[in-house]
Amino acid sequence: MNALLSTMLAATTLADPLWLTLIKSVAVFGITMTLVPLLVLAERRVSAWMQYRVGPNRVGIGGTMQPMADLVKMLFKEELRPDGVPNFLFTAAPAIAATCALAMMAVVPFGGTLEIGGRSIPLVVADVDIGVLCVLALSSIGVYGITLGGWASNSKYSLLGGLRSSAQMISYELTLGITLLSVLVVASGDSFGSFKLSDLVLRQAESGIWNCFKLPLGFVLFTISAFAETNRLPFDLPEAEPELVGGYHTEYSSMRFGLFFLGEYAAMVAGSAVIVCLFLGGWHFPFVTKEAVVGWGGALTQVAVFLTKVLAFLFFFIHVRWTLPRLRYDQLMNLGWKLMLPLALVNLLFAGLGAALGWF
Amino acid sequence: MVPQAWYFLLSALLFGLGVAGFAARRNTLVMFMSVELMLNAANLVFIAGARDYLPARGSACALFVIAVAAAEVAVGLALVLAIFRLKKSVVADDVRELRA
Amino acid sequence: MLSETTAFLIFSAIALVGAVQVVTRRNPVHAALWLVGAFLGVAGLFLTLGAGLLGAIQVMVYAGAIMVLFLFVILLLNLDATPYEGLSVARGASLFVAAATVALIAVPFAQAGELKAAATADAPDLPATAGNVANVLFTQYALPFEVVSLLLLIAMVGAIHLARRTRRDEPV
Repeated sequence: MNALLSTMLAATTLADPLWLTLIKSVAVFGITMTLVPLLVLAERRVSAWMQYRVGPNRVGIGGTMQPMADLVKMLFKEELRPDGVPNFLFTAAPAIAATCALAMMAVVPFGGTLEIGGRSIPLVVADVDIGVLCVLALSSIGVYGITLGGWASNSKYSLLGGLRSSAQMISYELTLGITLLSVLVVASGDSFGSFKLSDLVLRQAESGIWNCFKLPLGFVLFTISAFAETNRLPFDLPEAEPELVGGYHTEYSSMRFGLFFLGEYAAMVAGSAVIVCLFLGGWHFPFVTKEAVVGWGGALTQVAVFLTKVLAFLFFFIHVRWTLPRLRYDQLMNLGWKLMLPLALVNLLFAGLGAALGWF
Repeated sequence: MVPQAWYFLLSALLFGLGVAGFAARRNTLVMFMSVELMLNAANLVFIAGARDYLPARGSACALFVIAVAAAEVAVGLALVLAIFRLKKSVVADDVRELRA
Repeated sequence: MLSETTAFLIFSAIALVGAVQVVTRRNPVHAALWLVGAFLGVAGLFLTLGAGLLGAIQVMVYAGAIMVLFLFVILLLNLDATPYEGLSVARGASLFVAAATVALIAVPFAQAGELKAAATADAPDLPATAGNVANVLFTQYALPFEVVSLLLLIAMVGAIHLARRTRRDEPV
């Protein structure tokens, strides 16, 4: 599904031949799908480390095969379906959640441009003109996965979880969008700028100053909103085990639950990748990667730098989850509307002033 | 190149379905959805008609339509909520106080 | 690679099927979801027409915000499927009106064929990229842009006022 969507996105640009797009899609899909089990393991081991426990260490060397064991368990579990459930939607909901999260990776640049054999290959599946908007659009479609999962389960807890998720994600999408605008304003300079993620990274690489230093407030706001969009603690109210049993996925079991699980972690990976591109300079690192157009060695270094940043940010995601308590629902809404949104507007004003007065 | 007339025909069909839904359905929420469908059909005409000569302006006009649709939905859904609070119903036929 | 004609046929089929289902489904949740499908189809058509920006905005605003709001309200009110409303003179008449509308729109457009630029000597022949659309929005269409922003503000204030829970003794 991811490959199909990425291919369709790439088809709108017509920059690469089809086979190249396919190779890139498979590569990006592979990287994301490798990161997800890694992340599941890291979550359990890091949480254990933070709480002076041992964590899963029996399967494989130091517990490295634990995600595999989990997957096998999930595949062989009985598939339960509650009474009176709309068949199609019940199955489609987790698929939507997972697909949207995975498809987001299609517009994320893993590096600059690879020059090889007279052909220049941008290291991104679909370098579309509207990259940033694609990310926003896919994240807003992803809401349906959770909302429908909650509705289609025909259960009170699930419905409440679904309602919470749609309210929460609409609220925080506003902050996300406005903060994104400030990044675009900073990147625009004299020309019209662009929505391409690769251009935004390039701008940071050229100036050598990452956007998180230019827009510290925007960086914080965007990170907090990303936590809310991915339903991670302290914003995991759609599932909230103590209150809602398990929220939107209460009634899900077996691989359908597995898809929701996969979607959540893939959304984390995609969210981190987008934050790294927008605020942390993407593939750029002082003294290591400066050139945008590179050969094989440079390209590999760029991808390595990018993935290191993403992994560091994912560690931050996990660290926050096991540090902060969950917010109450009214606190979440108050934070979103009364604090984050006004601050996002202040941040946009700051970015506009800065761009007009030439601070950046 | 797909002829523009095809897009116009499709847009007319979408608009007609919107009209049918708005006139025939009594559930106010579905009626609102039909209005959205009509607005979208209008957008399709803007974009398709502007394809060859004024693409940027066509997109700008369609943007205005989307903004108007968003405003309409915000007020419309608030109205539906207010009526539901009063009548416990979203069926248009249940709200007929003003009919003599 | 998708040819434009194939893309048009696929996306228009999605949009049409979605639209028909919106009008005919009795469960409002199903109607809303089919409408999302129709919007995604129209977004695909925008992409084939070279207006990728509008396609993305269509998905973001219509599918991502407006329809989620619809779904939210439907779930909040916990609406069930409406009973079959039956055939009536009014419904038959509405179908007739709809058919007449289609004919009234389609016939002149079909006769007009390809649209020509009418007396636009100053028209820059620019593709609909984000930069160009922004340029048009903030120069030529600056006044409508401000009016629309005012409209959105008014709608927001109105919506908040309408949806606010009033005290019990007060009429809504």
